[in-house]
Parts: sequence; structure tokens; C-alpha cells
Amino acid sequence: MLDAQTDAATEKTLEIQGITKSFGAVHALSDISFTVNRGEWIAIMGPSGSGKTTMINIIGCMDRPTSGAVILDGEDVSSLSAEELTVIRRDKIGLVFQQFHLVPYLTAVENVMVAQYYHSLVDENEALQALDRVGLLERARHLPRQLSGGEQQRVCVARALINSPKLILADEPTGNLDESNGKIVMDLFRQLHAEGSTIVVVTHDPDVAACAEKTIVLEYGRLARITDNPPQTGKVEQAGETAQTTLDKQA
Amino acid sequence: MPPKTLKTKNKTFLFRMLAMSLVRRRSRMAVALVGIAIGATVLLGMVSISYDIPRQMSLEFRSYGANMVFVSAAGAQVALADAEQARKLLPAEQLVGMTPFRYLNIRHNRVPYTAVGTDFAAVQKTSPYWQVSGEWPKGPNEVLAGADAAEYARLKPGMELAIDGVNSKGSRFRGKIRVSGVVKTGGKEDGFFFMALPDMEKLTGESGVADVIELSLSAAEADLKQLAGAVHETVPSLEARLVRRVTQSEAAVLGKLKMLVTLVTGIVLVLTMICVATTMMTVVMERRYEIGLKKALGAGSRAIAREFLAEGLVLGLAGGLLGGVCGLLFAQLISVEVFARTVSLRLNFIPVTVLVSALVTMTACFWPVRRAMRVDPAVVLRGE
Ligand SMILES: Nc1ncnc2c1ncn2[C@@H]1O[C@H](COP(=O)(O)OP(=O)(O)O)[C@@H](O)[C@H]1O
Ligand SMILES: [Mg+2]
Repeated sequence: MLDAQTDAATEKTLEIQGITKSFGAVHALSDISFTVNRGEWIAIMGPSGSGKTTMINIIGCMDRPTSGAVILDGEDVSSLSAEELTVIRRDKIGLVFQQFHLVPYLTAVENVMVAQYYHSLVDENEALQALDRVGLLERARHLPRQLSGGEQQRVCVARALINSPKLILADEPTGNLDESNGKIVMDLFRQLHAEGSTIVVVTHDPDVAACAEKTIVLEYGRLARITDNPPQTGKVEQAGETAQTTLDKQA
Repeated sequence: MPPKTLKTKNKTFLFRMLAMSLVRRRSRMAVALVGIAIGATVLLGMVSISYDIPRQMSLEFRSYGANMVFVSAAGAQVALADAEQARKLLPAEQLVGMTPFRYLNIRHNRVPYTAVGTDFAAVQKTSPYWQVSGEWPKGPNEVLAGADAAEYARLKPGMELAIDGVNSKGSRFRGKIRVSGVVKTGGKEDGFFFMALPDMEKLTGESGVADVIELSLSAAEADLKQLAGAVHETVPSLEARLVRRVTQSEAAVLGKLKMLVTLVTGIVLVLTMICVATTMMTVVMERRYEIGLKKALGAGSRAIAREFLAEGLVLGLAGGLLGGVCGLLFAQLISVEVFARTVSLRLNFIPVTVLVSALVTMTACFWPVRRAMRVDPAVVLRGE
């Protein structure tokens, strides 16, 4: 899926260089710097209001920093216009939201195709394959309201990965899910990571953060610390079982 | 460059998205559709009526009003006896009415007016469009005052006034007349007083003449011309002329009707536009998450605009079609109820309605679409 896994360890997918973001008098982010290498999985944690969503919106090219540089895939995107950011977002980013955000009048497969449509070309078979990857092939023709929260979020994951983005961003992807559905979604992320995807996940949940290789902790808009997480091989296999059964079906 | 077939696939998907948005959100869309359809219905209804009714009314007018007059060939007055002789030349079944008019200068309070001696029974038949408030004259010396004259002299039905004047032989006459009603035609009649011809003859002491005799004949123009020639030949003292006075008053009425329709049409257009604009604005507000999401997935503002305009276009076309059909029925209903006649169904009005309605809808979509283009995905998707 990703062809350049050989130099994954050295290539920087994302560099955040001293960014600040103010909303009028509110300083949502101040002087934050960190790097995400290709194939890395990063978690961003912090209490409510610490700037996590603001951070991921800037990384995801939905917003611009007040100052500082955002180097995405070698290109400084911090001062691009809204329309230019749209193009970068379309080409390089896959997004998963806490509130799922599916188009309510389109079926699961159509929702995946929307991402193809704006990106390049629709291909229903490819979209169905993506749904199969997240174990929802039988639900492809269902509308979002006919799907459970967990299923909706899996459609979002399928949509996020359909265009093979450089970077997958997720803002509290398990925040609206119960534990078992949360686990299924995290297993999907594990699978994507194992295949070489670069992932940034915002979360409240230490268990979710522990899946990542590094955790960036924000407090009051400042970078409090970056911790390296211990490898979780055992845990992956244990928690991965549910997903593995669904994911392996079409592999 | 992607191959053509793949690009077509994207177009197909755009239509699929559009169709699903309309079909799966039909209750919402129905509101907008009904708004547009009502606008189109009223528009087409008004236009059909204003287009067809005048045509029919002119037929009716022509069968009522005067289309021939007798005047004196010598430029003097017409002897009623001559007119009576001429009448015998006209086919009785075509003669709707024959009305004498004699003009006389009178004074009231030293202000000059024109009095017209006529036959009220005949007038009522030949000029049904005279609007009289009060009563038509019945008793002796009762008159109809023209609306302008009545206003000038401050007259109301029931009032009496003294008049005087000089007859053609130069002898002075005096008399009293009583206003039984006020007549309004919108024409020159509004400046006159109308009295029965025998009353005028008694007043002036001169009888047997009129200035002009108006005739209403239900005959084609060619026949009228021939009849006029025959009259002059047989009664050389008379000259029969064809008149277009009726078509003039007709034009005045129809002009006013057209103005009214234009006004109402304009108002309906504006109202429809406002209705569609507010509905679409609500739709955009409701769908701001979807718009934000699509932008987050890489849709540019133009792509969003295109989708909404396409929806607007479909709504406009569908509403126009629906309104076109309903409008013709509506026109028929109004026409039968109000004018007691049917209008001819002009099916070629439907495509015009569809076009106008699409145009109006697209215009009304301008502001909502601008709002949609400005949706900031970072703001709407943040929603905690
Ligand atoms: N559009 C905005 N206008 C004003 N203040 C904002 C806006 N977006 C976020 N903020 C403020 O920025 C701070 C960080 O918000 P956010 O990034 O949503 O935090 P988190 O996702 O960690 O809960 C908060 O104080 C929030 O109120
Ligand atoms: Mg947040």
C-alpha cells in the first residue's frame, strides 16, 4: 500500500515548528514543536480545552497557525490560502472525527465514494473493498442512521484511508463509542499502522494513547512533554483478535 | 489526464449524490418545491388570464358599444326622422341599439357645462360599462351627472340645481334638474350631464334633432362599411361613419388590467424569490456539517456552489413544471369563477414557466450559496 517503507524511519511526514494559535485573546496553542516521521503513530493527549482539536485542525490543513511553520510532506503549508489548503487536505490527509460526520442521505459505500469524488475519481469496487477492510461489506448499502455508532465510525475509517493519504488524523475517534466498539476502531488503526500508515490520534483515553509509539501531552496550549510508549506487542495481539477476524476475511 | 470513461463516472456520481439528496431528503425538499410551485402557479395563472381575458373581452365589448354613428352630412344637426328612415335600412337582428345624443351648452351658477340629451334605455343597452352610483333617471327632469362634473359642482344624487342657457334661435331658457345618479366611465362622459332627450326638448323648446346618433351593430367591419354606404345613398342628409371609440375605451380598461397583472406578477416574483431564498438559506444552515465535511474531504467552494446550484436548478425546473400545470388549472378556475368564461389552455406557456421558475430559483440561491461557500470546516466540525 505504501511504497516507500524502506526509508520510513528517516523521512519526516510532518514537522511542527514553534506554532502558536490565538483566537482573539484566547491563546489556544503557544510555541509547539514536534516531528512525526513516516509510518509513526503519535497520540496527542491533554485535558479538555488544552488545544488538541486546534492542533489537529492545523495539522489537517483546516486552519492556519497564527505563527510558526507546519511542514507537511516537505511543504510549508502554514501560510497557504483556504483554497490551497483544501487541495493539500484532499491529496494528503485522511480525517476521522469524534462525531463521525457522514453525509446523512448517502449510503456507507456512497460516503466512501464522496472522498474519492473530491480527491480524484470514484470507483465503487475500490470503495466496497475499503468497507470490506473495516468489516462492513454487508452494510455497504445502509444509510448512516441504520448503522450503529461503531459501524459509522468504521465507515469513516474506510473513507479516511480510501485515497491512501500521507497522514491519517483522528480527533477522539473513540470518544463517542462504547468500549467494545472503541476497541474495534483502535484495531483498525493498529492494522493501518502495521501496514505503514502515519497516524496522529487525539484522545482522552490513556489506553488508546498507549497504542501509539509516542504521546504528546498538551496542557493549557503548551507542550507539557513527549513520552515514548513501551511497545505493546502482547496487547496488540490480544485486543487485535476481534478486528483480525474481520480484517482477514478478504485479505 | 484520466480517461473519459472515468471522468463520466465522476459526473454520474455527482448526479447520484444530487438525486439522493433530493430523494432521501424529500420532505425537506417538498417544502421548497411547494413554494416554487405556488409561485409558478400564481404567475402562470395571472399571465394566462391577462393574456386571454382581454382577447375575449374585446369580443364582448365590440358586441356592446357603438361601432357606427350617424352625423349630418352638412355638418349641422341630424333630424331624428332621417335617422328613423335610415334605421329601416339596417338588418334588425344585427342592431343591438341606437342611441341619440344631443349636446347643449347650459350654465349652473354661471359656470358652463355640457348637457347631453339621450335615451337612457338605449344607453343602458349599448354601454353596459357605465358605472352609475345612485339611480338611473326615471322621472321628468332627472339627470345623470358625470363624475367629474359632479365633483366640480359638488353634486350628490338627490340634489336639485337650477340651470339656464340659450337655444339655437337665441332665446333664453331656464329650468330645474334633479341629479338621480353619478356616472363614471373613465372617458369624456364624466364631464357631462345626461338628461332624457324629451326633457331637453321641453327645456329648449326645440325638438326632433340630435347631434349624433350612435349605433351598435353586431356585424363584421366589411358589412358595416357597406351598410354605411347604403345609408348615405338612401338618406343623403346623413353620413354614417364607423367608429373606433369602443376599441379606445377597451384599450383603456385592458391597459389598466395589464398594469394590475404586471404589478401582481412582479410582487409574486419577488415573494417567490424571498421564499426560495429563505428556504435555501435554512437548508444551507441545516447542512453546514455536511458542507464542512465535504470541504474537509477536499471539496472546493466552487464544487459546493455547483452542488447547491444544481439542486436549485432541479427544484426550479420541477417546481416550474408543477406550477405550470397547476397554473393553467388555476387560470381556468379563476376565469370561470370571476369572468364566467373559460380560457384557452396554452400549453406552450408551460416551458416558459419552467424556464422562468428555474431562473428565479437560481437567482434566489445566490445568497444561500454564498453562505455555503463560506462555511469553515474547522468551525462546524469542531462542534463539541
Ligand atoms: N474558533 C474559536 N474561537 C475562539 N476560541 C476558540 C475557538 N476554537 C477553540 N477555541 C478555544 O481554544 C482553546 C482550545 O480548544 P480546543 O482545541 O477545542 O481544545 P480541546 O480539543 O483540547 O478540548 C479553548 O479554550 C477553546 O475555547
Ligand atoms: Mg477537542
